[in-house]
Amino acid sequence: MKGDGELLDLADRVASWARDGEQVEAYASRSRDTDVRVFEGDVESLSSSESEGIGVRVVAGGRQGFAYAGTLDPSVLEEVLGEARDNAAFGAVDDCYGLPVPDGVAVADLDLFRPELGQFPTARKVELALELERATRAADARVRGVETAEYGDGMSESAIVTSEGIRATARRTVCSLVAYAIAGEGSETQTGFGYSVARRPDDLDVAAAAGDAAERATRLLGARQPASRRLTVVLEPRVTASLLGIVAGAIGGDAVVKGRSMFVDRLGEAVAVGSLTLVDDPTTPEAYGATPYDAEGLATRRNVVIDGGVLRSFLHNAYTGRRAGAGSTGSAVRGGFKSTPGAGARALSLVPGDRSPEELVAAVGDGVVVQSVTGLHSGANPVSGDFSVGVEGLMVRDGALAEPVREATIASTLQRMLKDVVAIGSDLEWLPGGAAGVTVVIGDVTLSGS
Amino acid sequence: MIDEAVLQRVLGVALRTGGDFAEVFAENRRSSSASLEEGKVTELTSGRDRGAGIRVIRGETTGFAHTADLTERGLRDAAEAAAAAARSTAGGVQVAALTRREVPRPHDVEILPEDVPKARKVELLLRADEAARSAGGAIRQAAVGYGDSRRRILVANSDGLLVEDDQVRTRFFVECVAVGDTGMQVGYEAPGRTVGFEFYDEVDVEEIARVAARRALEMLKARPAPSGKLPVVLRRGAGGVLFHEACGHGLEADLVNRDASVFRGRMGEQVASPHVNLVDDGTYAREWGTYAVDDEGNEARRNTLIENGVLTDYMWDFLRARKEGRASSGNGRRQSYQHLPMVRMTNTYVLAGTDDPDEIIRQTPHGIYCVQLGGGQVNTATGDFVFGMTEAYMIEDGEVTDPVRAANLIGNGPEVLRSIDALGNDFDTWAGTCGKDGQGVPVSSGQPTLRVASITVGGTAGS
Repeated sequence: MKGDGELLDLADRVASWARDGEQVEAYASRSRDTDVRVFEGDVESLSSSESEGIGVRVVAGGRQGFAYAGTLDPSVLEEVLGEARDNAAFGAVDDCYGLPVPDGVAVADLDLFRPELGQFPTARKVELALELERATRAADARVRGVETAEYGDGMSESAIVTSEGIRATARRTVCSLVAYAIAGEGSETQTGFGYSVARRPDDLDVAAAAGDAAERATRLLGARQPASRRLTVVLEPRVTASLLGIVAGAIGGDAVVKGRSMFVDRLGEAVAVGSLTLVDDPTTPEAYGATPYDAEGLATRRNVVIDGGVLRSFLHNAYTGRRAGAGSTGSAVRGGFKSTPGAGARALSLVPGDRSPEELVAAVGDGVVVQSVTGLHSGANPVSGDFSVGVEGLMVRDGALAEPVREATIASTLQRMLKDVVAIGSDLEWLPGGAAGVTVVIGDVTLSGS
Repeated sequence: MIDEAVLQRVLGVALRTGGDFAEVFAENRRSSSASLEEGKVTELTSGRDRGAGIRVIRGETTGFAHTADLTERGLRDAAEAAAAAARSTAGGVQVAALTRREVPRPHDVEILPEDVPKARKVELLLRADEAARSAGGAIRQAAVGYGDSRRRILVANSDGLLVEDDQVRTRFFVECVAVGDTGMQVGYEAPGRTVGFEFYDEVDVEEIARVAARRALEMLKARPAPSGKLPVVLRRGAGGVLFHEACGHGLEADLVNRDASVFRGRMGEQVASPHVNLVDDGTYAREWGTYAVDDEGNEARRNTLIENGVLTDYMWDFLRARKEGRASSGNGRRQSYQHLPMVRMTNTYVLAGTDDPDEIIRQTPHGIYCVQLGGGQVNTATGDFVFGMTEAYMIEDGEVTDPVRAANLIGNGPEVLRSIDALGNDFDTWAGTCGKDGQGVPVSSGQPTLRVASITVGGTAGS
């Protein structure tokens, strides 16, 4: 993608309009995405999109205001800044508002952009999607359909400039294959989801995505509702990554300083078993959430959140860091140019253990291997810690995988689950989203079924 | 928004590569929001988005491109990109002359939010905050949100359709955190309607705050939810979202077409108990999912999906309807001009029955009374769904007793439809955002107080 300098120029212009006693931040971004969906051997849709926009934040007199526009047309810049100023006038005074200044942390040298994605021909993208659909169908005779076979890619760039000396740019590429298999024998239907993600098309793995989708669908065939009881759960890496996403909601600075986290006032306490260490490190090149700068333009860094079971740090942006007296941890995040920065995780991972998933399952007497969870956002609450989610997977009896199960829930509280972790696997893998997956075994969880 | 002659020419460009249908969808959206936390107005945001999405269809293939540049040049570039994706060597059609159609709006908007001074919006936040904090000493935090949006859309297509709509929506949100010996609990309430600022003549922000606060306080007293199969009485309004998930999504023709619906091939069959009637009604005046025309330019309609327990129709967009040689049901929606339309629900309701709601509870010896459901999720191919209960109570000997802590309900859509054994003579609705394929659109759902004879409750206590 060209025009890297253009975003910086636009953001420079807006920041330079700051008046005396006023701080101005301009965040400009642009992305180009392609999406190909195929169905039964034909292209169903081919979308190409370019999006761009700018968000402007103003801090003046201890108040903050924000406005955005979904365009980089220079003619709207002044109006957006004016609107942000006007909005600031209605906010309450809070001495903790204020843009960060560069804090001397070295910027990680991350190579997240692969120019070859820009040269990858559309026809090849279509071929990959068609190949994925064929491979998913062919992976197992019991796959009777492919609901989704999709290739997607995106190139994005952003620039942040502030009146306080921040001047940062970043760019990245990502591409993915996604397959959703439908398997069925007789009147029964089960579904499975597989994917492959990479920074350039050459690293995409059609066979892995197709095989995963087919295996996950077919291994659930014959699944029944299990009997209710307490047992051990083995979370597959994807499920662990989803759960870490919920934990992330409780360690973000916004939630913590506003008293909306189960971890409020618990720094220094043992919140998990001693074998559990949780780290957020956006400088990890393999992480899909990797980035050299946070959403306020500070260098990202490695933050140890839970160290040997003890809660050590929250993840802060400039505002929440000031409120907490901890300073920013370079953890500002934002959904895009349409919102002000929040504070949270980008690359969360558990420090892995030394046993393989197979060894961990072999040590379970009565348990269930959870291959997917549903209702995570309605059922897992980072404030109260209440936890109740739908699960699909395979029962474990005396260390061996047994029959598939569906229409069941597992329930506990997040606080208890962190203390009930029995083992963490050695199979750490970075997954799309803000967390790494790894097999985790948790004891004494309630399974609800019949 | 765009000159008719320009639209006509752009559609011509879009069809140059042999497409058999082309469409320009233009959108101009303005939104404003304000939020309050910890007793302070933390943020006012104003946003603007404007652009057009162009799609070209050839047979079963759709090409799509969008642009934020609404000049003829920008539109032509997008049309060429979309056309390239749907290229063909043969066939093709001519663009019909555009004929503007006026579609009456389901109701009039009285006060455009953009005409209301920001100070009045801020005042609503402060009033709600005060009410939440007065609800009890255990209320530790209140977060209050105000939001409005005005979305003007234009649809022009090669069949000659030209139509516009102007959609104004208003929403208010209160979330309270209560702290007690049992830890922290959250309560929220978030009504929304497709109206302007007159919304605040109809709802009382202080009452919204009190409801959210009461919910958080009640949950502090909650005991662990039971684990296992129980009858569940869903209070009016609270459970509509369950039907949105448990069967609504499975009745979307795009999913049916992909063999991804448990309701495929079941038209005319008894899929629910005989007193269940399910409609999707985009014309329901003032409701959160209402509009005059959908995002493909088709008029919103009231569609009966299940009548006396019998499956009577699916919901349709242009593409799926065209394939079946029938009319769209006005359910083609998209999040923004940057997205392709697909089949989406509007306001989805289980119609009221004849039972006395109190009597339904009295005739339940042991079960759950669910007053508010949170989000849910469904696998349309299997019909399996989950739902979070965010306010629920035990029913013991026909009486509502202790509150129970948040837990998921898990079940199967067709099974739940068959096991509804009581339907109240009351009714209420609920506003939410429905997500599908990464696109969020405003929808409402609704139902009378009703009882599901047996559903799995995912708590931690013995049932």
